[in-house]
Amino acid sequence: MSATPQIPPISQIEGKTIIDLIASGKRLDGRGLLDHRGFDIKAGIIEKANGSAHVSLGKTKVLVGVKVEIGEPFSDVPDQGVLTVNAELVPMAYPLFEPGPPDENSIELARVVDRGIRESKMVDLKKLCIIPNEKVFVVFVDIYVLDHDGNLIDASAAAAAAALLSARINKFEVKDGEVSLLPETMPLPISNIPVTMTFAKIGGPIVLDPSLEEEQVMSSRLTVTIDKEGRLCALQKGGMGYMTVEDVKECVRLAMEKAPRIRGLILEAVGYGKD
Amino acid sequence: MPQLSPEDLFRNGIRVDGRRWNELRPIRMEVGVLDKADGSAYVEHGKNKILVAVYGPREAHPKHIALPDRATIKCRYHMAPFSVEERKSPAPSRREIEISKVIREALEPAILSEYYPRTSIDIFIEVLQSDGGSRCAGINGASLALADAGIPMRDLVAACAVGKIAGHLALDLSDVEDKLGEADMPVAYMPTYNSVTLLQMDGVFTHDEFAAGLELAVENCKKIYQMQKEALRRQYLEIGSEGIEANR
Repeated sequence: MSATPQIPPISQIEGKTIIDLIASGKRLDGRGLLDHRGFDIKAGIIEKANGSAHVSLGKTKVLVGVKVEIGEPFSDVPDQGVLTVNAELVPMAYPLFEPGPPDENSIELARVVDRGIRESKMVDLKKLCIIPNEKVFVVFVDIYVLDHDGNLIDASAAAAAAALLSARINKFEVKDGEVSLLPETMPLPISNIPVTMTFAKIGGPIVLDPSLEEEQVMSSRLTVTIDKEGRLCALQKGGMGYMTVEDVKECVRLAMEKAPRIRGLILEAVGYGKD
Repeated sequence: MPQLSPEDLFRNGIRVDGRRWNELRPIRMEVGVLDKADGSAYVEHGKNKILVAVYGPREAHPKHIALPDRATIKCRYHMAPFSVEERKSPAPSRREIEISKVIREALEPAILSEYYPRTSIDIFIEVLQSDGGSRCAGINGASLALADAGIPMRDLVAACAVGKIAGHLALDLSDVEDKLGEADMPVAYMPTYNSVTLLQMDGVFTHDEFAAGLELAVENCKKIYQMQKEALRRQYLEIGSEGIEANR
């Protein structure tokens, strides 16, 4: 059952400073209202994973590992591979994260990232079919939040995209219905690269990439995912306040404008397309 | 069931259930349908059948969830095992957990929770039958049940979805349309504040499709808002006149 969260204490003076600064077009860390904190993306961190990436977004740190196994397809799509996204809010990342089964926040995080990857058709699941109805590749994307300083969604989505782009799977052979994996590897079949951006409404204005303190005073947030054709492929409003219809349109417009730069950062970090 | 293609869903401007692109399914709303709950509502939206109960403001349980300056809003969206084609396990799925959260966040801005510190207001949404768009119908019912419980609100929240089928914008997708269509975007809206309190989307929209879709959703949320007001008026005008009769 979903319940109003206990808002972690932020001093009134700090909260008021953040809101007043934003009203005058400035932010606590000196950024412009529509600037990201610095993105630092490193792929290929974990050798034992098929793909991995570490993303720092300001002080937020997220590690994503991709593991690929052979499994059974879902019965309604027998000729497609399976993609699952899971998120762990690791207790070391934030004093209020607790060990245990995933709570609504980690489920929402995983599902928003999943929606961006799935709806943009980033991974061509049809090409992950080995024997229809029987054997397909199952791609597990595991998001590991290591340090929470706000905007986990954008950091996780970028890390998931970089990890999938850098992932390699074994080539395979099918003989008499038996699958054998070959020593050579190949990249995952990638057909799109989604970019996810989160905006927060703080007082009147909209800001991009809210920090933790900003999330504590925001009234609501809107996450927008844009595919490489510049189309919208996922949206998620969160938070306990509202946005006006104009705010929503503005966020979508801004996201479409800013997506190519972030996509460039992800591609550059993984050196995608070089082989 | 015969295999449909997305094109079958939109022939000569007519959808499988006979609707045009900009038509809602038939909606029926009833308020005060349960005896024990403080407020309740029943909503039929096409084949969706949804029951909503509200309890509270009441003592927060467990105690540590109480907030010093406002009521805690609790929300559970749950689908009955028999509500869908294949039996659904009654344990809450990841989808239901996410929807419970977004519905709570859609209703939070409407509820004057600061009037009832340290208490809890509990919203139970049971989907008895589901046919696409159940989170929206659930929000429509929950707003009514909250009003029926006498909880002070800034506005009623009305919700409906828009989507895309075979390249056409379409209002209020049913389950088949959602599965075979290219996009679905549920929107919840508070007319008095011209504000969006829930917005989700999956699928693919160009910028223009999105902008037109949002306008269409808002326009139809306003229609649903009128139906909600009528449902409340029906209930309370009836009770009002009964009261007058009894006092004669």
